[in-house]
Amino acid sequence: MVLGNYKTAVCARASDADILKCSQDGGVVTELFTYALENGIIDGAIVAGPGDEPFKPEPIVATTKAELLAARGTKYTISPNMSLIKEATRSYGLDKVGIVGTPCQMQALRKAQLYPIGMRKVPDKIALAIGIFCMENFPYQGLEAIVEDHCNTKMENAIKMDIGKGKFTVYTERGAVSQIPLGATHKYEQPACHVCLDYVANMADVSTGSVGTPDGWSTVFVRTKKGEDVWTKAVEAGYFETKDIASVKPGLDLVTKLATGKIDRNKKTLEARATMGVGKGLRNPYI
Amino acid sequence: MGLLSRLKEIFTGNQEAETNTAPAKTGETTAKPAAAKPDSKPEDVKVNRIHDAKIKEDKPVVEKITVGHVHMSGCTGCLVSLADNYEGLFKILDDYADLVYCLTLADVRHIPEMDVALVEGSVCLQDECSVREIKETREKSKVVVALGGCAAYGNITRFSRGGQWNQPQHESFVPIGDLIDVDLYLPSCPPGAEAIRNICLMAYLLLRGNDDQKKLATAYLKPLMDLAKRGTEACGCDLMVDVINQGLCMGCGTCAASCPVRAISMQAGKPNIDREMCIKCGACYAQCPRSFFSFDVVGQFESIGELIATVMGKGGQ
Repeated sequence: MVLGNYKTAVCARASDADILKCSQDGGVVTELFTYALENGIIDGAIVAGPGDEPFKPEPIVATTKAELLAARGTKYTISPNMSLIKEATRSYGLDKVGIVGTPCQMQALRKAQLYPIGMRKVPDKIALAIGIFCMENFPYQGLEAIVEDHCNTKMENAIKMDIGKGKFTVYTERGAVSQIPLGATHKYEQPACHVCLDYVANMADVSTGSVGTPDGWSTVFVRTKKGEDVWTKAVEAGYFETKDIASVKPGLDLVTKLATGKIDRNKKTLEARATMGVGKGLRNPYI
Repeated sequence: MGLLSRLKEIFTGNQEAETNTAPAKTGETTAKPAAAKPDSKPEDVKVNRIHDAKIKEDKPVVEKITVGHVHMSGCTGCLVSLADNYEGLFKILDDYADLVYCLTLADVRHIPEMDVALVEGSVCLQDECSVREIKETREKSKVVVALGGCAAYGNITRFSRGGQWNQPQHESFVPIGDLIDVDLYLPSCPPGAEAIRNICLMAYLLLRGNDDQKKLATAYLKPLMDLAKRGTEACGCDLMVDVINQGLCMGCGTCAASCPVRAISMQAGKPNIDREMCIKCGACYAQCPRSFFSFDVVGQFESIGELIATVMGKGGQ
């Protein structure tokens, strides 16, 4: 069950060429929110919008397609999207909220819905939660160190960053490409990512990521009834090109392999934490 | 007819239900159309009685649990939050729980025996009545819930130094857990309406449900029981001490959203706590996905969500 419950898995990319121009992979998050926004399934979506420094995201409540487009592409650093969840329902007054987030943010969201201790009027207003695959995340200063020190590229010159095939890659405006082995980035990872037991956002309505499908495409897991409803309608309306996941390389096997790797590794971390001291250990949040 | 439907509207609070049920009933009652004024009133009352009887036949209530709201030194905000379930509150009171004690909503003066006591507010040590009643609450209830930040952690009453009119001697306020054993904490100021609703439903399942339901309710309530064992002190600092310092914070921002006084902002991907603003309600730590997280319970978010929607019927909306 490392991939969680899902109704369908599919290889997909957005039909909108504008979205694909600047999207990380298949533009699934941007396109699906666009469809949901245009068809009244959501009133707005919490996304990682542009911040005041390059590649430093700032969570925003996007209520227009333009705002969604501005948030395209992965920023390999923390965007506390959950911080706007009550703002979206209370201050913005949205009845149907969309949110995109990492697996841990999806966990936070579902906990907020089931245990709405400080989340008044949030539980029934979540219309579409899109999860993104995530192995680990970097604090902004960590990302800066990777890009500027290791990749020798100014943050403001970078137009895209990507992790894949064991490499961290930075692309610049002028066409230069700087690549380092992913191993060199490990020490900058956020410590709390090492206790995370979810790779493919098992608790999202729809989760997506690049792993498993060819460049320019995304792997999509449709998990819940809500997710299935939106996804089916969006595909029928022509918002996505899809391919059978079994027909593409490297396929779900790679996703399973990476998910298993992450979960096994992090379970060991949890065990090690529990016995870290002498007769004392660190807290395990899952028990 | 106009008066009849208006009366039904008042009693059912729902126009849709009225149109659905209207034909069957109006068939007999409007046999004398355009009745003179003295006639119509008794008929209306009769119609309402039929309506009541019908509901009882449709949904036989096996055995409701008894719930009481015990008011210590609090602002009644937690009770208002319970009432903020709107129709959901009626559904709970109709089908799952009798409100046997509640100074604001029920005409009962002394604490009775009850299954679940929802205690709001901290205990003022200088107020003999409060001290006596909190002990009485423990003796007479199966489950004591600290409802809200004041009962659980003291919340803003922690800042009291006495000297306020018209009881200047009232200066020491303690969370109820300092005087009695508390089974369950529901922090925040106030706790979300839906969270209180969930506690009531889960308590019902725990006390009246079948084995599976008991299992689910136990799994759901366990983290809140553990919270009650954790102690009677809370602060935004908990995020630093028990989450960040423990290497568990991944910067999701949930704490910032849950803070009722906006004392938490996300800076450099981590919560920054304005401790001057913090009222010590415990919402942030309780809501944090890295304080407690049960894959068994939260993993079933879809089916539990559906279950709650089903048992709440229309009132769940």
